[in-house]
Amino acid sequence: MATAARKTSAKSKADGKAQPTLKTPPPAKFSKEEELKAYRDMLLIRRFEEKAGQLYGMGFIGGFCHLYIGQEAVVTGMQMALIEGDQMITAYRDHGHMLAMDMSPRGVMAELTGRRGGYSKGKGGSMHMFSKEKNFYGGHGIVGAQVSLGTGLAFANRYRGNDNVSLTYFGDGAANQGQVYESFNMASLWKLPVIYIIENNRYAMGTSVSRSSAETDFSQRGLSFRIPGIQVDGMDVRAVKAAGDMAVAHCRAGNGPIILEMQTYRYRGHSMSDPAKYRSKDEVQKMRSEHDPIEQVKARLLEAKWATEDELKALDKEVRDIVADAADFAQTDPEPDPSELYTDILL
Amino acid sequence: MPIEILMPALSPTMEEGNLAKWVKKEGDKVAPGDVIAEIETDKATMEVEAVDEGTLGKILVAEGTEGVKVNTPIAVLLQEGEDASAASAAAKAEAPKESKPGEPAQAEGSAGGKAREAHEEPSASKDAAVPAAPKLEIAADPDIPAGTEMVPTTVREALRDAMAEEMRRDEDVFIMGEEVAEYQGAYKITQGLLQEFGARRVVDTPITEHGFAGVGVGAAMAGLKPIVEFMTFNFAMQAIDHIVNSAAKTLYMAGGQMGAPIVFRGPNGAAARVAAQHSQCYAAWYGHIPGLKVVMPYTAADAKGLLKAAIRDPNPIIFLENEILYGQTFDVPKMDDFVLPIGKARIHKKGKDATIVSFGIGMTYVVKAEQELRGMGLDVEIIDLRTIRPLDFDTVIESVKKTNRLVVVEEGFPQSSVGDHIASQVMQRAFDHLDAPVITIAGKDVPMPYAANLEKLALPNVGEVVEAVKAVTYRS
Repeated sequence: MATAARKTSAKSKADGKAQPTLKTPPPAKFSKEEELKAYRDMLLIRRFEEKAGQLYGMGFIGGFCHLYIGQEAVVTGMQMALIEGDQMITAYRDHGHMLAMDMSPRGVMAELTGRRGGYSKGKGGSMHMFSKEKNFYGGHGIVGAQVSLGTGLAFANRYRGNDNVSLTYFGDGAANQGQVYESFNMASLWKLPVIYIIENNRYAMGTSVSRSSAETDFSQRGLSFRIPGIQVDGMDVRAVKAAGDMAVAHCRAGNGPIILEMQTYRYRGHSMSDPAKYRSKDEVQKMRSEHDPIEQVKARLLEAKWATEDELKALDKEVRDIVADAADFAQTDPEPDPSELYTDILL
Repeated sequence: MPIEILMPALSPTMEEGNLAKWVKKEGDKVAPGDVIAEIETDKATMEVEAVDEGTLGKILVAEGTEGVKVNTPIAVLLQEGEDASAASAAAKAEAPKESKPGEPAQAEGSAGGKAREAHEEPSASKDAAVPAAPKLEIAADPDIPAGTEMVPTTVREALRDAMAEEMRRDEDVFIMGEEVAEYQGAYKITQGLLQEFGARRVVDTPITEHGFAGVGVGAAMAGLKPIVEFMTFNFAMQAIDHIVNSAAKTLYMAGGQMGAPIVFRGPNGAAARVAAQHSQCYAAWYGHIPGLKVVMPYTAADAKGLLKAAIRDPNPIIFLENEILYGQTFDVPKMDDFVLPIGKARIHKKGKDATIVSFGIGMTYVVKAEQELRGMGLDVEIIDLRTIRPLDFDTVIESVKKTNRLVVVEEGFPQSSVGDHIASQVMQRAFDHLDAPVITIAGKDVPMPYAANLEKLALPNVGEVVEAVKAVTYRS
């Protein structure tokens, strides 16, 4: 992945006020505990998603199901930079985000299977899940809608004068939606504490970035609104953490929004029914073998002798058990009671 | 235990597929993510990836097999220390499908949480009974104590007073929109609010309806109570995705955990000579959406009492005003806290010969028509709906039971109009009480023309209302 820092252009100086120039920080230095935490958190997402794919194949999960495999370092690294009360919102590739927000794997998986123990009582599904308790604001099925909503979360933070930051995730595809720029404008105008995290996984469904975007450097998409941005190696959890720390500090200091373009990659198709014919197998294989976010941490853990193969296997077992438990729950928990048809429409 | 690899469903509607190719052979080591086989669906050839680690012990369905049903075991994966005999044992054990704990219930009558399959035709005998929609209990209007001073107030002032009172009462209430602050409101509805509440709570937005509607909904999801003013509801079409998909559906999609306590308000419908793009009534549009409440007042008192209720309501509310009504004066009771119930129609005038139902500016035609009809000796009952959703059918039907005749008047387009919906419900619920077909009067089925004479023709008129009442009472 491109790791070279690209300086945010600070050329527009008509009124003499230059934009802050930001540089991509070097990857964070992780302690043993941080490496292990990152490894475990990413592994949980990976195994959860693999299991979700399997349950989809068995017909337990219906409709659309978008897996996060390959992109785990993005939410995991960002999460390590947050404090209590910071909000998160994203689109429909949201399972990893919820696990990173410490939402229960059982609750998420049971929502995927449409059961009453799911986060939305089975009424939302893969794309529409929320947790007020964990400050997760969805889970949105309309590409780009979460960008305005996430800006609204930041508006509420500023209105209340608290210190919290809204983490608003969207993809390279959503980055071409008009409301993204409407939101950028207001966020910058009102100095709202929002981090726009563009997960550039190179394909908007099946259309590559170069085929859909006139400016493929998404970190520059805020220039017209004086929003600084940087490109980050989204496959390296340490790089993400360092960028997250910087962005969070930028927002908490009252400097307004910031854009982090996370250069990442999704291994699976856009959704379960996508055969991914728009890219070569070699491209996918190269990314998996050379840049896998989990393998990178694993290699470092072993090299530093912070963990043995056996210890990592035990960790893997522990994670698999959590996922298996979630899957069992999601298959055995009853469907919602028919009376739920008419609940939760109005308060 | 060896792990069975099942024929996967690879799309929301797939029931079977062809096993095109085995990429791995028996005895091959398999890691999670490895492609093990290729499967042809009706749409595409898809790769099947291994989920678990192990050795491919036995292939159960040969390459080239067509029409393999979803969830049929296609291979057995051996885990560390297991050998091929375990594989065949597992395959045998699975031949007559046993139900293991944690597996989908295969019993008849259990959907097992699976998606509705294409071949499942809805059938009355098989489908579970649909629970009845719960009945909404809506309180009556508050009593106005005898001797309460009535203050002549314009609709414009009433709306401003409602917002100011609620903003004084609740720090979480704020207003945002185009020109609401410095300009004092494009139609002067927010006059004085900036001076009283400051720029933090009276927020001028850029001209960016889609964006600021979304920002408002996001702020509401975070627990604030935004009032979003659209300069007109015609511009809210830019924002309709956030109104419908983000605001109206969130409570349901979140299983009740969070919703959007927000009011979208502004002038709706035709004003005067502003032509097609600025002259459209959205009552029927938003009335269609579960998860919204839709309010459309006529009088200043209703405007005030219902806007206060809307701001306090925890649900997303569409509050449809009308530019022509803004300057009209009505009596408003001088009370400390005058709040009206959303979802309750108001009997504007009692009568016995026919019922006329209308709402918002439609009421202006009805009120004038009533005077003419009175001259003809016809005593009509007038119902002002005030709320389009939830619609107060009880009040309408009670009236129809008394008068046996119904005319509905609105300015919106005729197809799928509010009046059509009322006519349909009255037919279903009070057919035996009708002595004449229901007549629905709406705007004409044309984009609003600019020319003064054509505009007048496109809107309903008093004569049409009079003729309709004469028709349902057989007085022609």
